[in-house]
Amino acid sequence: MEHYISLILKAIFVENMALAFFLGMCTFIAISKKIEAALGLGIAVVVVLTITVPVNNLLYNSILREGALDWAGLPNVDLSFLGLITYIGIIAAIVQIMEMVLDKYIPALYAALGVFLPLITVNCAILGASLFMVERDYTFGESVVYGFGAGVGWALAIVALAGIREKLKYSDVPEGLRGLGITFITVGLMSLGFMSFSGISL
Amino acid sequence: MADATAKQVLFEPIFSNNPIALQILGICSALAVTTSMNVTLVMCAAVISVTAFANLAVSLVRTQIPASIRIIVQMTIIASLVIVVDQVLKAFAYEISKQLSVFVGLIITNCIVMGRAEGFAMKNGPWLSFLDGIGNGLGYSVLLIFVAFFRELLGAGSLFGFSLMPVVNEGGWYVPNGLLLLPPSAFFIIGLAIWGLRTWKPEQVEEPDYKMSRHTTKEAF
Repeated sequence: MEHYISLILKAIFVENMALAFFLGMCTFIAISKKIEAALGLGIAVVVVLTITVPVNNLLYNSILREGALDWAGLPNVDLSFLGLITYIGIIAAIVQIMEMVLDKYIPALYAALGVFLPLITVNCAILGASLFMVERDYTFGESVVYGFGAGVGWALAIVALAGIREKLKYSDVPEGLRGLGITFITVGLMSLGFMSFSGISL
Repeated sequence: MADATAKQVLFEPIFSNNPIALQILGICSALAVTTSMNVTLVMCAAVISVTAFANLAVSLVRTQIPASIRIIVQMTIIASLVIVVDQVLKAFAYEISKQLSVFVGLIITNCIVMGRAEGFAMKNGPWLSFLDGIGNGLGYSVLLIFVAFFRELLGAGSLFGFSLMPVVNEGGWYVPNGLLLLPPSAFFIIGLAIWGLRTWKPEQVEEPDYKMSRHTTKEAF
């Protein structure tokens, strides 16, 4: 249990997807002008990550990794080079399925997330989390916790940035820095803040 | 863009329509790989080749793709190309591919590749699309190399791993600025680079969302 708690705290704060690894930056910067939009996107990311990372973990451990096809009588087959295309396929498929399921059973949530769901397929944070999961050799349980934690961390960061940007638009920024430039510098400062978590050893 | 010349297509994205500074594309995998010039150059080469060939391939099949599944088709093309790049790097530059870790795989979701495939290659012929891919890859590279140059020079006192300014630890005079090797500095450098670029090309300046009304002394009293 303790192990999982430290893993989740690490995924949220110390190894924050957005501010420590720069993942999902495009959407992070593009969709952070309003808090509501940022919150919607954040929730969608948490949901998708919590599902895709464990599914990819199962696939990797039972089909792709070296020797995983032992049960099929193929002990020497190593399919790990197919990893990238598999993960992205799974992510695209799950996002699509989620869209349909939500549309049918929870229309309110679908309406709230609607525009953001398709965007998530190309969000690097989602694919990144799967790749980190493979690189760090997480077990199934760990991958569930890691997926959730990474999503919460990303959501936290985008909501915080949206909050800052909503205030920022009332300030008098030098011309060339307006918009994108000042956003980058703000994100840099936030990232500096999150650096302070990196000293914590869990 | 139907009558765009090859030269425009190739050079526009470098400064006038830079993918990172203006189109907000491809920031994701960019920043974490800019701590040293070697790694950055490899990353740039990988991105340029993937963008160029993905554009070429998408453009070749563009009339055959049904609109409803075009994203999946593009994704598959891009993912296959990235796998090739990944395997080549693992075979010939294993050390660097270890340092790039997951970021090679993340070229798949790099918005530059998708964005250009969707925005340009779907509407233009193979040759122009190929050039557009190279151009946008170059635009991305220019900014990345710029960032990496400052980060490695000021952060570690070296370029391409060769020590230019001998650091204090090794008996030199330069006290390296450790902050520049940490993630936040990449944001600052890109922010400042955008500032510089927009001062040079003022037409890229964004309109403010909110303008303060002019200060009048009458109202103050």
